[in-house]
Amino acid sequence: MTEIRSDFVAKRYAAERRFKYYGAGALVITALFLLFLISDIAIKGFPAFFEHRATVEVTIDPAKVDAAKPQAGDFDGIVKDAFRSLFPAAKSRADRKALGGLLSQGAADDLRDMVVANPALIGQTLKVPALLSDDADLYFKGMQTGLKITAGAGTLQIAQSGEEYVITGDTGDLREGQIIRANGGALRITKLEGSTVVAEAVLAPETLNTAVAGQWDMLTLSVKEAERRVNDKQVVWMEQLRSSGVIEKSIAWRFFNSGDSREAELAGLKGALVGSLLTVAVALLLALPLGIAAAIYLEQFAPKNKLTDIIEVNINNLAAVPSIIFGLLGLAVFLNFFGLPRSAPVAGGLVLALLVLPTIIIAARAALKAVPPSITEAALGVGASKQQAVFQHVLPLAIPGILTGTILGLARAFGETAPLLMIGMVAFIADVPQGFEDAATVLPVQIYLWSDLPEIAFQSKTAAAILVLMVVLFGLNAIAIYLRKRFERRW
Amino acid sequence: MKRLLLATSLLALTAVPALAARDQIRIVGSSTVYPFTTAVAEAFGKASGMKTPVVESTGTGGGIKLFCSGVGEDTPDFTNASRAIKKSEFEDCVKNGVTDVVEIKVGFDGLSVAHSKDAKDLGLTKQQIFQALAKEIPDKDGKLVANPNKLWSDIDASLPATKIEVLGPPPTSGTRDSFAELVMEAGALKFESLAELKKSDAKAFEKVWKSMREDGAYVEAGENDNLIVQKLQANPDALGIFGFSFLEQNAAAVKDVSIDGVEATYETIASGEYKVARPLFVYAKKQHVDVIPGMKEFIAEYISDKAIGEDGYLADKGLVTLPGDQAEKTRAIAEALTVLTADGVK
Repeated sequence: MTEIRSDFVAKRYAAERRFKYYGAGALVITALFLLFLISDIAIKGFPAFFEHRATVEVTIDPAKVDAAKPQAGDFDGIVKDAFRSLFPAAKSRADRKALGGLLSQGAADDLRDMVVANPALIGQTLKVPALLSDDADLYFKGMQTGLKITAGAGTLQIAQSGEEYVITGDTGDLREGQIIRANGGALRITKLEGSTVVAEAVLAPETLNTAVAGQWDMLTLSVKEAERRVNDKQVVWMEQLRSSGVIEKSIAWRFFNSGDSREAELAGLKGALVGSLLTVAVALLLALPLGIAAAIYLEQFAPKNKLTDIIEVNINNLAAVPSIIFGLLGLAVFLNFFGLPRSAPVAGGLVLALLVLPTIIIAARAALKAVPPSITEAALGVGASKQQAVFQHVLPLAIPGILTGTILGLARAFGETAPLLMIGMVAFIADVPQGFEDAATVLPVQIYLWSDLPEIAFQSKTAAAILVLMVVLFGLNAIAIYLRKRFERRW
Repeated sequence: MKRLLLATSLLALTAVPALAARDQIRIVGSSTVYPFTTAVAEAFGKASGMKTPVVESTGTGGGIKLFCSGVGEDTPDFTNASRAIKKSEFEDCVKNGVTDVVEIKVGFDGLSVAHSKDAKDLGLTKQQIFQALAKEIPDKDGKLVANPNKLWSDIDASLPATKIEVLGPPPTSGTRDSFAELVMEAGALKFESLAELKKSDAKAFEKVWKSMREDGAYVEAGENDNLIVQKLQANPDALGIFGFSFLEQNAAAVKDVSIDGVEATYETIASGEYKVARPLFVYAKKQHVDVIPGMKEFIAEYISDKAIGEDGYLADKGLVTLPGDQAEKTRAIAEALTVLTADGVK
């Protein structure tokens, strides 16, 4: 008998242990997924918080920049000329275009801002950083091609035959496609025939002198020229810039300071951040008072009958309605009927208010319900009216719970894109919105729009924007947790 | 309580602003043209000092619907389209008072079929693609049967013996429409039985080339072309269908599958040699030109040499620009604001 019983008990213990392992396993798997997701996004997004700039020396020619109207000055020309002057040998049209491709379209924006802020700079010569294009930036971040530079060990003779160059001497191991830099030029190996090496000019060498060890080196690029966005010539130029020390890496503040742009290196989140704040502010201003009022009425004052039952069921159902439906409603009611402007935070905020209203009502009702009836009864017992009891005793005790629910509702509103599609907020908007009626977009929409662009640099921007959105959401949730912990009362 | 409710509802009503005169251009439409129009909008905003136009990405059909909903400040001024406007859409436009529409052809978009860099080079014909992807294909007797092909080698012994797996856009996408028309229909017509079917029952024929397989050989990978590129990298046996600009940007990861022996390159698309390409359009509402400030300047920026020229910034963004004579035609239409007539719409 006892043997059977102990067997039975052992089985129960084993089942319990197994269940614990299952639980722990589920937790570990979830944590691993989360870790993988976040680290993947972080690794992809991190480079987007940095940018590369080339320091150039510019003279602000009063002929090009009118002191009376510095805004309209030809800063693009000044910066481009200064950048080109670093490469005096690049004279042909194609070369100039290739060089221009290394600079951002907005390379002169920083200089323009400096001069507009301080017109006394006109006529002076100063060193300014010029923003590089997304392709050049990716190259310096090592995201275009791997690069190995090997210093030349032996002596090299270079002879020219027509368009081609023949390299002989103690070159060591060579492969086709490698680039040899010697005598102020760069030669790409095209053919290896025994010990003779045939090469073509990437940059024509200045002389055909013999290069001894230490005077030449070799670039090995891991990605073929046709498969990357910068060609061999641009690589050689950029390596020249790198070794002359004019390339600086800095934090890309413009990622937070500027609006959207089609140039990846210029695109920033400010427009979307401001848009999100404006939109959520409208939603909060509307949904919070309405939600609390509705919850107080339903919980404390409304008679319990069929009608309030129906209302209650409907509010719970509304919380589960797909968000695109609210967008359609917004289009029909706010845009078409009330004539609100398209793409504006005011319309977006109204739609999001409808979206989070049920969540807030449900949370507020739960918070009100959690206040023990003894509080109300005590207040009523000493002669307070129902309204006094609710507003002076029940509501203050329920506020932390209501706020927690509201913040979680807002977190949802921050992450919505679908309802905003219908009211025109899924749009390219370069200008940072100045008010509730300006065209605006929001953070998650910006992420969606960037993710769909072909440029590689935007993929990194997308991940970086996701990081920013996650920080915002974590922050909101942290506030909610803090409020709950700080003010929560248990009875 | 009542007072509070009243106050909040009043607040909601007074929040409705008066409609101010619009000084910002509004553009809607195709997500394929979106990367190009936004670049022009930005350049226009920078050069003119006016507000940068708002460009919404609504899809071609949705854009035309909004565009054609009427004339007035609350309707868009331009719509992007990855296909020409349809007759029914144009009639809808006219019915709603949008009578003066200017059609501006801005360039081409190639549709590429591509696979991972690690895969062996591959060439397909349109007929083979049809045989691989159509839900029903004709058997030896010309009778339609459910697609039996599992491996590429089932279609043609010279093709590799790998599973047919093609990632492409969903039916809501304009890219999918174009792919069906340019590849699947052309491929279907190579079968005699189907060519006859087209003559006898055009509707039934359309169903044959428009219906993609649903047994896992054709995978709807969503609207996002970057996703398809990533999936191709992970699976060297799979093929993917996406816009040419994505092929160009991701040349380090994916490569082209030639179609009917022609590879998708900038040159072959521009010359018309690569047939799986479609023209891209921007439609302008002429009735708005004198009302909304900046529309003329915006059009001028779009058709300028520095935008749609061979070395223009749109070519850098992946647009295949118009050849000389067509560019001339586009410029003539855009400068004179020649409106579209019912005869000009198919």
